[in-house]
Amino acid sequence: MLSIAAIAKNPVGIALVAALALAGCANKQVPNNAADIGLGGAGGPPGSQQEFTVSVGDRIFFDLDSSVIRADAQQVLTRQAQWLNKYTSYSITVEGHADERGTREYNLALGARRAASARDFLVARGVAANRIRTISYGKERPVATCDDISCWSQNRRAVTVLNGGSS
Amino acid sequence: MIMRATFLIATLVAGLGVAVLPARAVVEIDINKGVVEPLPIAITEFISADGKGAEIASVVEADLRRSGLFAPIEKGAFIEKISNPDAAPRFQDWTVINAQALVTGKVSETPDGRLRAEFRLWDTYAGQQLIGEQFFTSKDKWRRVAHIIADAIYQRLTGETGYFDTRIVYVDESGPRNNRVKRLAIMDQDGANQRFLTDGRAIVLTPRFSPTRQEITYMSYEGGQPQVYLLQLETGQRELVGNFPGMTFAPRFSPNGQQIVMSLLRDDGNSNIFAMDLRSRNTTRLTTSNAIDTSPSYSPDGSQIVFTSDRGGRAQIYVMSASGGDPKRISFGDGTYSTPVWSPRGDLIAFTKQTRGEFQIGVMRTDGSGERILSSGFLQEGPTWAPNGRVVMFFRQPAGSAGPQLYSIDLTGRNEQKIPTANYGSDPAWSPLLE
Repeated sequence: MLSIAAIAKNPVGIALVAALALAGCANKQVPNNAADIGLGGAGGPPGSQQEFTVSVGDRIFFDLDSSVIRADAQQVLTRQAQWLNKYTSYSITVEGHADERGTREYNLALGARRAASARDFLVARGVAANRIRTISYGKERPVATCDDISCWSQNRRAVTVLNGGSS
Repeated sequence: MIMRATFLIATLVAGLGVAVLPARAVVEIDINKGVVEPLPIAITEFISADGKGAEIASVVEADLRRSGLFAPIEKGAFIEKISNPDAAPRFQDWTVINAQALVTGKVSETPDGRLRAEFRLWDTYAGQQLIGEQFFTSKDKWRRVAHIIADAIYQRLTGETGYFDTRIVYVDESGPRNNRVKRLAIMDQDGANQRFLTDGRAIVLTPRFSPTRQEITYMSYEGGQPQVYLLQLETGQRELVGNFPGMTFAPRFSPNGQQIVMSLLRDDGNSNIFAMDLRSRNTTRLTTSNAIDTSPSYSPDGSQIVFTSDRGGRAQIYVMSASGGDPKRISFGDGTYSTPVWSPRGDLIAFTKQTRGEFQIGVMRTDGSGERILSSGFLQEGPTWAPNGRVVMFFRQPAGSAGPQLYSIDLTGRNEQKIPTANYGSDPAWSPLLE
């Protein structure tokens, strides 16, 4: 049996929220942030969270109702794999997301399929499977909230979130 | 063990000194006609020392009006003032204002401090009483008494079971669209008595009522991995359903309340349907396709399951035996279909259809024939049935709006009603009639 109090103390949940907030912030205002906090360049020092998010690219996008890794996404994931193979202290969570143009339960499944596609690509590029966790947020965590294709295409994504390691 | 005693209301069919005639009503509504002319009905304020009688009568009136089948008459038009609800009314005073049915009642306090409510339904043209009943309950249950009275009137005049003494569990949504707080919430079917069941720290989705107990199943991210839980409504106790390695989602109870059917994510990213027996905790795998199989819903006799699958390329609706086996595709229209829900009457399946950039709520027969669209719009999904199978509730988010809201619509496609909620709302699930 669980209680609300017990859930509030769940460290996994809190850590995840913090990671999400950081990734979201970095994605939008990276150049300013990196300069503000005096990091080496826009991409941050080698091996840093900033470098991964900015220079490597932490997310890939999908076509409508598809979990196929597009050519542009293959480039991003290849860079991610190279980086992760260099900085092996990180484990990662691959979050799968869907746009709002599908029903809730189907989109949970679709987000999971996208996360699995991205994970499988990384594993095929040499990232150890036991470093990778996947989670689907379906359409529950959009980053762009307008009601047209310009937003939906940004929300159909898989985001690689770094967990722990030396950042 | 669920204690239902606190929700029970004693019901007595009362003589009350008035002849209860087993007469055939002149007044009745044929609910199966395409277009139903609402029945003019006069609902008088129930006699009471405080204002409780008027409050109960107004809840009865609101229920009947919202059903679309009744047209309550303005009280200003009433000629006779009811002072003794135990005496027969002057029927001609009511027929002259075209009230085909009349409701009178009385509310008082028992010596031990409980609420006593009685009401009568009269056929004004036949000049006879159709129903006379009284109820005893604790005072805080007065709205339930009103809903039970409205159900009795609905049933007597339409021949169909009512749906007013029911509740809705749904997902309360607040905050900006890119950082939504989602909480489970429960309320009466008319939007009254809203309360929250979770605190909003974790995303919660897709609550569904047990058909037999004060219990819901839903999906939550509280454990890090999104999984299916059970929640006992009276104790607040929560419990993880099963011990699965990956995400579990899209739960729904079997009609006997003993199984939960749901989707389980496979390691390869596909999802299959499993059933779990809540007593033995044994799980049975029902589908094996390399596809997304989700949104399972049992037929009311428990023999079949309807679900969504993209095994044919795009999401469509399939029916299979409740023990698994070869599914049969039943949706063939232009577009994709998802969220099938079997009607409690067994005759129809409600669904969400996406076609030409729109989302539609529709129904089809269980073999896929007779598809009818009840409502179309920019974004709407997730139908749930009223327990009498006459009304469907769903959620809708118009383009440019900040969040979704709950709506109900008759099976005829008419009488759309917005359901009031404290914040934005999604994923409504209609309870069975309360006991």
